[in-house]
Amino acid sequence: MTDVTLGRISDAALERAAAEHARDEHELGFWIYLMSDAIIFALLFATYAVMVDRTAGGPPAHGLFDLAHTFMETLLLLCSSMTFGLASLSVRARNKDAVLFWLAVTFVLGAGFVGLEIAEFQGMVAAGAGPQRSGLLSSFFTLVATHGLHVSMGLAWIVVLGLQVLVRGLSAPVASRLYRLGLFWHFLDIVWIGIFSVVYLPGIY
Amino acid sequence: MWSLLDTRDPLLKTYLVGFALAVLLTLIPFALVARGALPLVPTLVVIAILGVTQATVHLHYFLHLDLSAQHRENLLTLAFTAVVIIIMIGGTIWTLFNLHYRMMI
Repeated sequence: MTDVTLGRISDAALERAAAEHARDEHELGFWIYLMSDAIIFALLFATYAVMVDRTAGGPPAHGLFDLAHTFMETLLLLCSSMTFGLASLSVRARNKDAVLFWLAVTFVLGAGFVGLEIAEFQGMVAAGAGPQRSGLLSSFFTLVATHGLHVSMGLAWIVVLGLQVLVRGLSAPVASRLYRLGLFWHFLDIVWIGIFSVVYLPGIY
Repeated sequence: MWSLLDTRDPLLKTYLVGFALAVLLTLIPFALVARGALPLVPTLVVIAILGVTQATVHLHYFLHLDLSAQHRENLLTLAFTAVVIIIMIGGTIWTLFNLHYRMMI
């Protein structure tokens, strides 16, 4: 309302419109990247579906996984998605301390997820169920570790953007980057839904 | 703690509703598998349906995707990706299982 003064659009309004336009353009570009990533994961899922009975005399999918362990991983990732949402809300509220706090909580939850996954992989390799054992295990490790690698990259990205918030504050470019990191983080949680629905739950049942 | 949350933001409710739905849609399939309440095939069908539902919940409540014109391009990209995925997954599974069947003879 106060942006239009005596028929002239204020500089602040123009700047805000330009920033929003830039964010929308970046958002679509990043969204297209996420969709290409979704296709990679879809193909890894297809590979797993083809390989699930190819055990080459090694351990079958049934008995490889632990329900409580998978449930813990799922909860950690889901809660981290929620806390990232709270970080996004804090960006909207221009509350720098809150953004840093929620990013830190998200990082801890995400790191807990990666830690559990590494422990699971170590246990499997130690039990002779490493990726070289069979087609099933190769496709399992490729699918789940690709997701784990994405989460680890997301953790590094959280650290980088946390430092940017600390040094530069919530400037328009930093807020725009946080928005795209949010898309990335929520997207990874969706991929995990696919992993526990296709790999873990049918394997455990 | 309250300074860490802007409770007046209407989006907070969106995230909380999405989180509650996601927890519920996670608990049901895990409980089904833990209890072994249903035979194998119905269990897998329920897991698949709840999985797709939860993915939709995440897209809507966390990624803020809806049918408004503002997100039309994102939605079109998503639809195109879905088509590509269906062709690739469907094609891979069809081709390889058909090949497997023929090699058995």
